[in-house]
Amino acid sequence: MDRVERPEAGGATKRPLDIREHVEQADYQTIGAPFVTDPKMTARNVNVYYGDKQAITNVSLDVGRNEVIAMIGPSGCGKSTFLRTLNRMNDIIPICRVSGDITLDGEDIYGAEQDTVLLRARVGMVFQKPNPFPKSIYENVAYGPRIHGLAHNKAEMDEIVEDSLRRASLFNEVKDQLDKPGTGLSGGQQQRLCIARAIAVSPEVILMDEPCSALDPIATARIEELIDELRENYTIAIVTHSMQQAARVSQRTAYFHLGMLIEVGETKQVFTMPRHELTENYITGRFG
Amino acid sequence: MEKPLQADQHTSQRYNAELEELRSSVLTMGGLVEQQCRQALEALVSGDENLARSVAKSDYQVNELELQISAQCTDILARRQPAARDLRMVVAIIRMVSNLERIGDEAAKVGRMAMKLADDRDRQSYYSEPKHLGDGVSAMLQGALDAFARLDVELAISIIARDEEIDREFKTLTRLLMTHMMEQPQRVKNMLRVNSCARALERIGDHAVNLCEEVIYLVEGSDVRHLTLEEVRQRHGS
Repeated sequence: MDRVERPEAGGATKRPLDIREHVEQADYQTIGAPFVTDPKMTARNVNVYYGDKQAITNVSLDVGRNEVIAMIGPSGCGKSTFLRTLNRMNDIIPICRVSGDITLDGEDIYGAEQDTVLLRARVGMVFQKPNPFPKSIYENVAYGPRIHGLAHNKAEMDEIVEDSLRRASLFNEVKDQLDKPGTGLSGGQQQRLCIARAIAVSPEVILMDEPCSALDPIATARIEELIDELRENYTIAIVTHSMQQAARVSQRTAYFHLGMLIEVGETKQVFTMPRHELTENYITGRFG
Repeated sequence: MEKPLQADQHTSQRYNAELEELRSSVLTMGGLVEQQCRQALEALVSGDENLARSVAKSDYQVNELELQISAQCTDILARRQPAARDLRMVVAIIRMVSNLERIGDEAAKVGRMAMKLADDRDRQSYYSEPKHLGDGVSAMLQGALDAFARLDVELAISIIARDEEIDREFKTLTRLLMTHMMEQPQRVKNMLRVNSCARALERIGDHAVNLCEEVIYLVEGSDVRHLTLEEVRQRHGS
């Protein structure tokens, strides 16, 4: 809470609700505490354009070490686009242009010498729809470590695969069928397989783009439990449409609206006493 | 300093209706409790035994409303997972209804004492001593309910500020009754009853303060329970 300024008294806590004003002013101010003292990743003045269309306007935000930060907002608010700038997933979209500075441990990830394959090994990603490779469960997990040369022999690889599956809470369910296709698992198991695949290459940051939206509540609860455990060793940024999920798993919450980062704060503050009217309207289900 | 709750702006109309029903149930309960307090005081002052009896037995309605409102809150929490101001409203109301119910209990207690005092054939004028105290407390309760209805933080703070005066008045009244007791030892029992009434009224004032604290929490999101009046004022700049 110490980073969050006290709201002013007397009803002046909420900013005006004029969205157009924000859109025209590229120098709008994010409310709350977008910066932390020990950032794992930093983003400064990030703008993203798809062709002529601006998807992200002047977003500055830190992702703290070993924190889970949730990004919420209505469809088209830019939260997924922002998440994808953090491991340069937008590079594969030809019309996409990114400006601003993004660093990982102080290094510019958009620098000319940056190898995007290595970057994506350090900043892994889990997608909305489980997308296992059409290979065996074992091969799904072993693929990354193999191309990055992380294992020197079969025994080492076996260990990486088992360890990753264990950390994704999947090993006990699949240990007798590691040679079966990953696509034959249930949706929740497939998503945990994708998480195992992401952590097999020992990433430092895991980006999750709505990892539970295709899962039932029990599978969702397992993934959330997993996020909680993974936080000890990894930094996690998660985009979610479920506000309850953001409230449950994250320490900080960032609210995006029309490509702007409107408010960032400790999750409990954002969900009990949001400071911006747009945030309040969104999380309480009011139309705005 | 009024702030709209905007409980009519949810995408879900049903949710709007549920929150509005909840709010109006609390106001109904508040109105009932307010009426109980006024009647209890009137029964005490006038020695009207019938009125006293009806007040002493009327708290079942308040109890029923307490149960109903608690169930409404549980239902909204379970099904709507309210956040931000909606969450604060439900949480504040859960705490407010238990305060209102206790106010009802205190009013019933005054009613019971008033019945016994009305029995006294040789009724003494000072049985109505708590009138002034009771009027002050009724005004506080009314103000607290107005502050809730209008989400008016300034009004809530001004009601909290009145509690000191009520406490002073209660102490003065106790001293006065003690003097009477020394003068007329044969009336000690009834005078203790009058003192119990004064005590109950003073407690109602404390509950009214609690209601106001919930209004501040609801509107501003800051928990001001256990703060001094000065601290509350500093925090809310009035």
